[in-house]
Amino acid sequence: MKCAVIMFPGSNCDIDCYHVLSEVMGQPTEYVFHKEKFSPGDFDLIVLPGGFSYGDYLRAGAIARFSPAMDSVLKAAEAGRLIIGICNGFQILLEAKLLPGAMKVNKDLKFHCHDVFLRVDNVETPFTGLYKKGEVIRLPIAHGAGNYYADAQTIEKLEAENRIVFRYCDRSGNVSDAANPNGSVKNIAGIINKQGNILGMMPHPERASEDILGSVDGKRLFKSILRCIEGRTTIYGR
Amino acid sequence: MINARIHVRFKSGVLDPQGTAVKGALKQLGFENVVDVRVGKLIEVKLNVEDEKDAKDEIKSMCEKLLANPVIEDYSFELSV
Amino acid sequence: MAGREEAKKLGLADYEYDEIVKTLGRMPNHLELGMYSVMWSEHCSYKNSKPVLKRFPTSGPRVLQGPGENAGIVDIGDNLAVVMKIESHNHPSAVEPYQGAATGVGGIIRDIFTMGARPVALLDSLRFGNLDDPRVKYLFGGVVSGIADYGNCMGIPTVGGEVYFDDSYRDNPLVNAMCVGIIRRDRIVRGKAAGVGNSVMLVGSATGRDGMHGASFASEELSEDSVAKRPSVQVGDPFTEKLLLEACLELLKNEWVIGVQDLGAAGLTSASCETAARAGSGIELDVCLVPRREENMTPYEVMISESQERMLVIVEKGHEEEVKKIFEKWDLNAVKIGTVTADGMLRVKENGTIVAEVPAKSLADGAPSIKRESRKPSYLENIDLDLSSIKIPADLNSVLLKLMSLPNIASKAWVYQQYDYSVRTDTVVSPGSDAAVLRIKGTKKGIALTTDGNGYYCFLDPYEGGKQVVAEAARNLVVSGAKPLAITDCLNFGNPEKPEVYYQFEKCVNGMAEAASFLNTPVISGNVSFYNETKDRAIYPTPVVGMVGLLEDVEKRCTMEFKKDGDIVVLLGENTEELGGSLYLKEIIGVPGGRPPRVNLDMEKKVQDCCLKAIELGFVHSAHDVSEGGLAAAIAESCIAGNIGFSGEIETEVRPDAVLFGEAQARIILSLPEENLSLLQQIARELGVKITVLGFVKCGNFRLEVKSKGYNVRKLDIPVDKLALGWRNAIKWKVES
Repeated sequence: MKCAVIMFPGSNCDIDCYHVLSEVMGQPTEYVFHKEKFSPGDFDLIVLPGGFSYGDYLRAGAIARFSPAMDSVLKAAEAGRLIIGICNGFQILLEAKLLPGAMKVNKDLKFHCHDVFLRVDNVETPFTGLYKKGEVIRLPIAHGAGNYYADAQTIEKLEAENRIVFRYCDRSGNVSDAANPNGSVKNIAGIINKQGNILGMMPHPERASEDILGSVDGKRLFKSILRCIEGRTTIYGR
Repeated sequence: MINARIHVRFKSGVLDPQGTAVKGALKQLGFENVVDVRVGKLIEVKLNVEDEKDAKDEIKSMCEKLLANPVIEDYSFELSV
Repeated sequence: MAGREEAKKLGLADYEYDEIVKTLGRMPNHLELGMYSVMWSEHCSYKNSKPVLKRFPTSGPRVLQGPGENAGIVDIGDNLAVVMKIESHNHPSAVEPYQGAATGVGGIIRDIFTMGARPVALLDSLRFGNLDDPRVKYLFGGVVSGIADYGNCMGIPTVGGEVYFDDSYRDNPLVNAMCVGIIRRDRIVRGKAAGVGNSVMLVGSATGRDGMHGASFASEELSEDSVAKRPSVQVGDPFTEKLLLEACLELLKNEWVIGVQDLGAAGLTSASCETAARAGSGIELDVCLVPRREENMTPYEVMISESQERMLVIVEKGHEEEVKKIFEKWDLNAVKIGTVTADGMLRVKENGTIVAEVPAKSLADGAPSIKRESRKPSYLENIDLDLSSIKIPADLNSVLLKLMSLPNIASKAWVYQQYDYSVRTDTVVSPGSDAAVLRIKGTKKGIALTTDGNGYYCFLDPYEGGKQVVAEAARNLVVSGAKPLAITDCLNFGNPEKPEVYYQFEKCVNGMAEAASFLNTPVISGNVSFYNETKDRAIYPTPVVGMVGLLEDVEKRCTMEFKKDGDIVVLLGENTEELGGSLYLKEIIGVPGGRPPRVNLDMEKKVQDCCLKAIELGFVHSAHDVSEGGLAAAIAESCIAGNIGFSGEIETEVRPDAVLFGEAQARIILSLPEENLSLLQQIARELGVKITVLGFVKCGNFRLEVKSKGYNVRKLDIPVDKLALGWRNAIKWKVES
């Protein structure tokens, strides 16, 4: 699985994603600087990492989407390559309109850094195949603007098409207001596009992929992707 | 030279977390008459353009492309020389 | 030419002005005098503290860089070293908490990456007044979000620190920021402008008029006018700093880089004269070449502006274009503004005309140091308390519940959850334990980090308090499984011109120096912040210690929470009758003062050695140091963190409240499987450490029985949930009420 981690000015989880893909998962991984372009065929997986691209100065993710590398990301998206946006990467995907909706600042206006419980609601995606439907996993969040918003129609559509992948919940899997750290509509923590190749999520799977960090729930996401890609390669290879 | 003052704010119907917080604070300070508060952004742009219509078109395009996010935000602007 | 009157206005004393005239052999001009005034301010020159600071131990087999550089460096093996420094941003934060704290963080981060190190952690030691005061709430909220927004944006985890509340800090909060970096030993860069003819370049942000005379501002007491001085406060731009960080680290891989220096207090003036002075050379620069953000800036303004996110880079002649290319990649300026000269002068030109010419060394190091008068404050004469007059409250359950919900003991999660502490995926012990632990990727090693300070103890006994700060920092590392290596310190005091304040300063330093020598933890960098007072109300003398420790095997790290039902709980060290200076006396009984706990350094070292040895052998399940709130609070914290109960009893000669809530030093609580007790006892015996079995980790309530000779049996019995409720929410409730 050939992986790319895009480096926007202000990205800061780029090295963490690189570490997991390359050291933990053992996959060939490259950084792509925001001023560079690439071809859709260059990578199987493209990661838009967390951070504060352009300082999040206008709106989180608003400026990054105009970088040259994002043109290539758009083309790769069309070509069906797998793309995951984590935290700021999710915000960029929303601003780039690769995913519907928008992000607002957290409802209590504070940055939140702690572990959350998530219910995995859709396991029929390239990113979540190794989870069980309805399973409760634990991942860290670290964001100031993770308050997902979309109008009622969009939400209805997302639900109807089973595109809400992760929701904030409590330890036992109840999706409640009390378990919602940022005010997101319907406790949404991660969604996927209609074609099923672009995932955006606020929690950080790359921060929960090694035993020493206290949780490996995030590693299964990367393993799911690997399984999907390798399976496909094998089929195409024949 | 034309100066543009662009206001960007949440669309009505979109909950504004900052506005809500400010409203709460104002009430606590005794400003009982406060009914609603919306917090937005003011962006000032200096344009090297003479014609007002050109300026208008350009600002509008800026707003739609970058300065406002139409999913959650509305914008308005005024121009001055 | 500028005379004596102008010098006075700029805060220079007569004898300092005379010294300048003597050095120059003529009267200084306006610009020269301005440069001297900022460089010779206390903030930049340490003129009030230098003679005393010499008492610190600053060398050791692991020390690669002691005080005098941008940051200190200590060897951790594997060709790696830790770079660290702590610095105050108290005055700016008192006036504009958000920006004051943010730029404090920005400045300390630059100090680390100028040495070539990648910053890997931040810690913040904060002190405020009582949270019931609305202005304190505002300062507290502003400082925390300022730190959060800057550190989070940089992608450097804020892994620890402290927050302390006391009325003495009401108008003068303390904001001390510490940054820690990791560097390859063979890639250390120093702030030197060596090699005649080499190029002096300014990189990073453009220069504006912000933060003029910030260094002088930090060197006077706060007053009503301080708010009007708001322009002295700079605005931070963490996004630019992040780019600057990446660009600098890319640049510093090249061997043709001679030196780098951050533009902090006193801006271009200090960066140019300090780099020249360190190398024994001179610098000639032209202010017209400095990229600017504002129009019509005078040379004076350019030279002393404290605009943030700028660096001075000295490179071998001929490599200027390569520097520009690297900075262009990161969308930053890099401009040659001058050259290194042989004559030792800092020569400032404006469009080719000389506008200032002074010896760099005199500017950087020439401030006449002052040995201030020192006098023991009268309040220290009758500090002793008669304990027999203090009655033990009937209901000790409610005492413990109250203690646990004091903001000074309660969980600081409200603060640290606003900081990104998990970015970089190295944080293996998160904030909330005694020390943070970071793994070092590519090795088996880890480092433990803490900051500690107890201004209240130092107020009550500056010498013992000074010792205590160092001892407690070391203890916090040891309970995490780390061997303490080195100190960076931030000394926060009142006006040193007052003999009583100077006395506190000297005694604190004496105590710290003694403990640092005894515990083999040299002081490798630091900062002094004087004039922390308003309207004649000085803060508690508050030295803060940042300490780093090393774990050879990070898998052997230890945390404070009880982990297993049935584990035996023991105390290393001795309970004493000491109650003076305790939070229990001050906040529960309402009797402030008393003599704070003594630090027996010999016993401290033995207890720490014993704990470390036990942790290294791998059988210790939890370790926690006993500090504010005493033994009862420490056990309760281990229960809350582990979400499990405890049951035990203590038989003692000491009065019950002193056993439970006294803050005697050199005590550590361990939990371990019972079958390993004899091994631990053997280690303790060999080291001469007293060990007492306290009880067992047990599902259910927190239960502790105290049988003191001559007193009725006293019992504590509280559900852990109930203890946790106040402890978890106390700060949140105060802030949000």
